Amino acid sequence: MSLTTNPRPTGIPTPPVTQGRPKPTLRDKYGDRAFTIGATAVLLLSILAVVYPLYFIVIASISDPNAVYEGKVWLLPSGITTEGYERIFADSRIWNGLGNTVIYTVLGTAISVSTILCGAYALSRKDMPGRKILMLLFVITMFFDGGLITKYLVVRDLGMLDTVWAVVLPGAVGVWNLIIARSFFEHTIPNELREAAQMDGATDFTFFFKMVLPLSKPLIMLMIMVHVVAQWNSFFDALIFLNDDSKYPLQLVLRNILIQSDVSSTGTTGGDIESYAAAQRIAELTKYAMIVVSSLPLMIALPFMQKHFTKGAMIGAVK
Amino acid sequence: MSRTIPAGRGRPAAALLPQRKNSLSLRLKRISRAWQLYVLLAPAVIYILVFKYWPMYGVQIAFKNYNPVDGFTESPWVGMTHFIRFVNSYQFGQVVGNTLWIAVLGLLLAFPIPIILALLVNQLQSERFKKFTQTVLYSPAFISTVVVVGIMFVILSPRSGLVNNAIQLGGGDPVFFMGSAEWFRPIYVISDVWQNAGFSMIVYLAALAAIDPALHDAAKVDGASKLQRIRHIDLPGIMPVVTILFILAIGNLLNVGFEKALLMQTPLNISTSEIIQTYVYHAGLQQAQFSYSAAIGLFNSLLNLALLLVFNTIARRANQATLW
Repeated sequence: MSLTTNPRPTGIPTPPVTQGRPKPTLRDKYGDRAFTIGATAVLLLSILAVVYPLYFIVIASISDPNAVYEGKVWLLPSGITTEGYERIFADSRIWNGLGNTVIYTVLGTAISVSTILCGAYALSRKDMPGRKILMLLFVITMFFDGGLITKYLVVRDLGMLDTVWAVVLPGAVGVWNLIIARSFFEHTIPNELREAAQMDGATDFTFFFKMVLPLSKPLIMLMIMVHVVAQWNSFFDALIFLNDDSKYPLQLVLRNILIQSDVSSTGTTGGDIESYAAAQRIAELTKYAMIVVSSLPLMIALPFMQKHFTKGAMIGAVK
Repeated sequence: MSRTIPAGRGRPAAALLPQRKNSLSLRLKRISRAWQLYVLLAPAVIYILVFKYWPMYGVQIAFKNYNPVDGFTESPWVGMTHFIRFVNSYQFGQVVGNTLWIAVLGLLLAFPIPIILALLVNQLQSERFKKFTQTVLYSPAFISTVVVVGIMFVILSPRSGLVNNAIQLGGGDPVFFMGSAEWFRPIYVISDVWQNAGFSMIVYLAALAAIDPALHDAAKVDGASKLQRIRHIDLPGIMPVVTILFILAIGNLLNVGFEKALLMQTPLNISTSEIIQTYVYHAGLQQAQFSYSAAIGLFNSLLNLALLLVFNTIARRANQATLW
């Protein structure tokens, strides 16, 4: 960054920054251009690496399974078929799992978000006696954890095994989310507002529900989305706490079909090798379609959620 | 938390006296005045006591022979038996080694890539392309772990998978990726980057956006190239965030990705895919060896905690941002 190599004539006063970018020097212009081209190329390749596998899944899900099997499907679907999707929609396990997931997601999100918002607001109040000790109580659990086994035993001792509660309660409050919500309240709710409200006789309850919550819509949206996504995608708590497969959420059904290679959904009726191989290909086709169907709701919602998540990252970064 | 009452200038001493006498009752008064706040906090506290501290209390079964009748408290003590058994078992070296392998590989790749991506995206001139890149790169974070592993199985399938089709097109022999021990680690780490790099990038982009643009303008006037500005302005600007996230990553080193490892496990890759936590799951929940696997889990937690403390201390010595 030595100034001596800068060929800009010293007689001309430096233009004010507000008038646009100062002219780059010749050497730097080429260096910068090369850099910009390189950066753009890297990013385009990254985009391709992210998008292509997903795109392939989509086209494979509507292509003739034989064409996929023979490696003929690369850029466009071939021999369009909707058989994969038809099989999924005819599969009662999928519908049942979807229904369970919707219930768990709605209930779990409601519990988590309301607990976090109320708790975080209380913790954001500097005039609450014992605030520091209570906060410490939460923070400790970020660094030390009782572990999987004792968590399982506690849920069992509570009699929650095989119930909805085992899916929605054990992971309800993430301390990280609590901290984000607390710092949001600390930064956006001015003390003067509360003092004024208290003058007018507002209690903590009325202030929180009538003033704080309406002012915290971005935070509430963020929290709802974080929990909807997490609950929609979770499978592990269901795996360890549920035995009854009529209560399985979608992700657990998917795991059994996609990963444990459960072919019964394709309705194979034994028979010769030929029909077995055909059934195998149909099973693969169903898998592609299943990946599409299960990811679609969140992918469609993504553009709407993006704004809130970006804001959330900002809140988190302020910390 | 005792409050010292400032000696009021010109205030009659008598006015201070009763207050000092009643400081305890004053404090009680402040507590009772805040009762509504405690009510708001109560659900969260109850949650954390039941689902975090009760299991923590239960960790004592690592030193006991747990049986359901006696519960956490009454089961008989056996000291370090379970730890000794684990350390002497033939799985110990394998399981700890596998855990460290994917943890360290993951950290080496998955930690710097989001930073690099953020620095590059931040340099883009077009706001629209910037936004598009962001959205695309972080969209895989919304796909569930189950589906990501499902994608691996279909794309890497030896019979009909995309990757093997490409290999065969190039004249190679198909590889059974999900059924081979050597491929588990690369697939695990690459899929981790694929899924999470874009999302991790957002925090850094937020930190970059907070850098004072005047610094860049000044550097431009001085003739600094883009690369120089990244090196001397952007990187130092996001360093505190980088340090904190690094310490947190270290603190979670042995925890992350356990669900994915479990899903990716096949009988054929178990020699590299069995990590501490999947072992806890198999030994504890599938074979009901509660005390033994609780001991292994505790071993894992303590190792994590130790790593966190060490790195936080190092960061403090180096005068970087720390967690506390």
